[in-house]
Amino acid sequence: MTYIAKPKLRHPGIPVNKRGFTHRDYEGSISTLCAGCGHDSISFAIIQACFELNIEPHRVAKLSGIGCSSKTPDYLLGQSHGFNSVHGRMPSVLTGANLANKELLYLGVSGDGDSASIGLGQFVHCVRRGVNMVYITENNGVYGLTKGQFSATADKGSKSKAGGFNADSPLDLVSMALMVGATFVGRSFSGDKTQMVPLIMAAMSHPGPAFIDIVSPCVAFNNHAGSTKAYDFVREHNEAVNRLDIMEPREAIKVEYAPGTTEEVALHDGGTLKLAKLAANYDPFDRIGAMNYLQSRAAAGELVTGLIYMDNGPKDMHANLNTVDAPLNRLSEKELCPGSAGLAAYNASHS
Amino acid sequence: MSQIKSVNDFVVKFANVNGSGSASANEMFARSILRMGVPVTSRNIFPSNIQGLPTWYEVRVSGKGWLGRRGGVDLMVAMNPQTWDKDVASIDPGGYLFYDSSRPIPASKFPGDINIIRMPLTEISNAAYKDPRQRQLFKNIIYIGALSQLLGIEIEVLEKLIGEQYKAKEALIAPNHQALRMGHDYARDHLSDACSLKVERANEVGKRIFVTGNDAAGLGCVYGGATVAAWYPITPSTSVAEAFAKHCRKYRVDKETGKNKFAIVQSEDEISAIGTVIGASWNGARAFTATSGPGISLMQEFLGLAYFAEIPAVIIDVQRGGPSTGMPTRTQQSDLLVCAYASHGDTKHVLLIPEDPRELFEFCAKSFDLAERLQTPIFVLEDLDIGMNDWLCEPFTWDDKRVYDRGKVMTAQELEAGKTFGRYLDVDGDAIPYRTLPGTHPSKGAYFTRGSSRDRFAKYSEEGAVYQDNMQRLLRKFETAKSLVPAPVIEKAREKAKCGVIYFGSTAPAMREALAALAADGIHLDTMRLRAFPFSEAVTDFINAYDQVFLVEQNRDAQMRSLLVNECGIDPARFISILHYDGQVITARFIINAIAERMSLTSREAAE
Repeated sequence: MTYIAKPKLRHPGIPVNKRGFTHRDYEGSISTLCAGCGHDSISFAIIQACFELNIEPHRVAKLSGIGCSSKTPDYLLGQSHGFNSVHGRMPSVLTGANLANKELLYLGVSGDGDSASIGLGQFVHCVRRGVNMVYITENNGVYGLTKGQFSATADKGSKSKAGGFNADSPLDLVSMALMVGATFVGRSFSGDKTQMVPLIMAAMSHPGPAFIDIVSPCVAFNNHAGSTKAYDFVREHNEAVNRLDIMEPREAIKVEYAPGTTEEVALHDGGTLKLAKLAANYDPFDRIGAMNYLQSRAAAGELVTGLIYMDNGPKDMHANLNTVDAPLNRLSEKELCPGSAGLAAYNASHS
Repeated sequence: MSQIKSVNDFVVKFANVNGSGSASANEMFARSILRMGVPVTSRNIFPSNIQGLPTWYEVRVSGKGWLGRRGGVDLMVAMNPQTWDKDVASIDPGGYLFYDSSRPIPASKFPGDINIIRMPLTEISNAAYKDPRQRQLFKNIIYIGALSQLLGIEIEVLEKLIGEQYKAKEALIAPNHQALRMGHDYARDHLSDACSLKVERANEVGKRIFVTGNDAAGLGCVYGGATVAAWYPITPSTSVAEAFAKHCRKYRVDKETGKNKFAIVQSEDEISAIGTVIGASWNGARAFTATSGPGISLMQEFLGLAYFAEIPAVIIDVQRGGPSTGMPTRTQQSDLLVCAYASHGDTKHVLLIPEDPRELFEFCAKSFDLAERLQTPIFVLEDLDIGMNDWLCEPFTWDDKRVYDRGKVMTAQELEAGKTFGRYLDVDGDAIPYRTLPGTHPSKGAYFTRGSSRDRFAKYSEEGAVYQDNMQRLLRKFETAKSLVPAPVIEKAREKAKCGVIYFGSTAPAMREALAALAADGIHLDTMRLRAFPFSEAVTDFINAYDQVFLVEQNRDAQMRSLLVNECGIDPARFISILHYDGQVITARFIINAIAERMSLTSREAAE
């Protein structure tokens, strides 16, 4: 529901998208995260993706749990409603919000503590249900707000800044999402904007459960030697399987990728996804193949990034529940209440 | 042998094995008496199990219309050898034991002070049917047929009920009629004059309906406009969600498109269920969950969020015996405090406490208005007794002019016109702020919802004064709630009463019967039936009018007393607690004895 566009005062030279929004229209409050935090780069990538997709900011609902990552929705899309819920439970709140109004774009922003530790159950069940959303985890392997304890995604053998050693096996949210039925799965690195932006755009164009795990180093507590979530380590072990570009009807974003095979995929909103294959024979439409590939590369110590899997004909929760086209929150008593006539039948059948 | 002789006033108890198909036969028995114009009330006593454990069904026939559990048994239909001794021992002297005499039972197993009615049910059934499942199922119908003859229930009434039950499976009607006749004729030929308990046609039922509370709750949620339900299976609340689904399939499927005007999610746990309700309500849909005590325990953190961030939510709590797993298939009123003060920190929540399925229907529908008006969780506190037993109650009514109260939601037009929007700003003096729904306006009215402290304009703040300002407003909002929740029902005794009595919820029918009996004995009591928390001034005024007030509760710790003492500043010594918490339905006999004992004690003390 578009109301009257807001009046804008802006520098005449500032870039404007097709709907007349500038970057500023997609920004939020000033970030209070540490200087150099990977999360801020992700916020910027989300802003950029929304700008490129000409999204009306107020048609996005941004939801999060608790933690550094969960603070970031405050730092983007200031004209969107936000919901900073409780630790690990954003997926259920997002599910409910989506049930109430299928017309908005639901952006869930979470972290590895929020989604892989306390909230693992809610994460997988939300994906299982096919909630139409973009779910991003800003994955740094540690609890930042409580000063550097390992999270469930920390690799076995990782060293903490305080000198601790992680003996527990890591949880891979990408594998988990694939296993439980996410129809769009990607992984990226907060240090690689050119990969992140089109990946987020493609996820936002996907009408089903879209999940992106973004490794986002914690500069305060997890950016040292011995950490597998540090900038240097990720740059060294990043193995992108493809490069993405979103094309017509929008303008293409310039991405730099090595020449190779390219494939074009029509997106549901009319755009085209241009995929440049980096790994020979990697097919992002083959779920089982993707799962095998992930496991074998992980065993080799590599971090697979890019568009890992996409089902281009997903069915979302509303389709499964066969809900009416109008958002449920717009139905009135006329449509919802069977009135006295309905009760007469009920009373008669219970005498 | 003496025989209890009674017309339209006795208790029949069926002792069965669960999973044997007895439930629908027994329910048909109860309905047939109702169809003869004689009020009945029935209670299921069942284990937390699917097959093979003892289950009982108790039918109280009361021409006078007393609908509480009476206690005692006049006729025991003993179909379960496992519980024989206990079942036989529970029969009142002069009462009747009806049992399957196909297998011999030693004489020592029969007490001398009861009347034995023998019928070889298994033999009869096995002779008539080959299929083992049929033998079992028709055995139930055969004993119903025999009982109809013994008690004088018109067999045509039962035949009609069978016809209604199998409307959709006509092939089953004739064999059921045949089994019914088989039992009836056997009793006519072999058991004449065996029983002096009789049902006689009367006209005491009127338009009343026979319905379970959970079915009524599901229907109330349909009428109240709920479009989103999220729930996790738990006894005894599961049938609320199932009833909602059933009624939605009937009333909420768009005729043209075949699409649903509702969404039901079976969540992975109760935490997720309440989270989904909160998310949906935040986004402007009417949403609810149904659960029981353990679910309420799990939901605590989210309930605090909904209280503090001021998000509507409806929680139907079908109370069962606690704590922990407690007694999942027994009834209690022991979630009062955990609901009233749910979550860490300072919180207070609105509770609605219905007395029967009819009021439950009404309160469920109303709870969505209250949740949206007050922007806070509303608990509908029913219990297993109301929820899972068939109750005889007045037919449900609905005023077609009724409109939903969607509360204070600022529209795009209002925002555009420049109306000030402060999410936590009290502009009307009732401490209820305005909210906006996501997606309303391109540049106005967006805010960040959070469980952390914030100012009147939803900006994060850890300032002590800002925090206190908000917490004080929440208290004032709770004051506003007092005038919106259902008022207590106060009834004066016919003669001047020295004492008052307070009760609530499923205690109501037993209480009515107890009051009549006490009055007949010269003990007159004014009564107040609590229907909601927070308590209005009428509640405090009632209590203050007496030196002593009885307070009847179905829990160990007198939780309502704690709530009254805490919230109304009343001297705890004014209350005399009558506590019933063994998980069985409270009886009039129990209340009468407790009050009479105390009253005679008081009069003796006065005399000395």
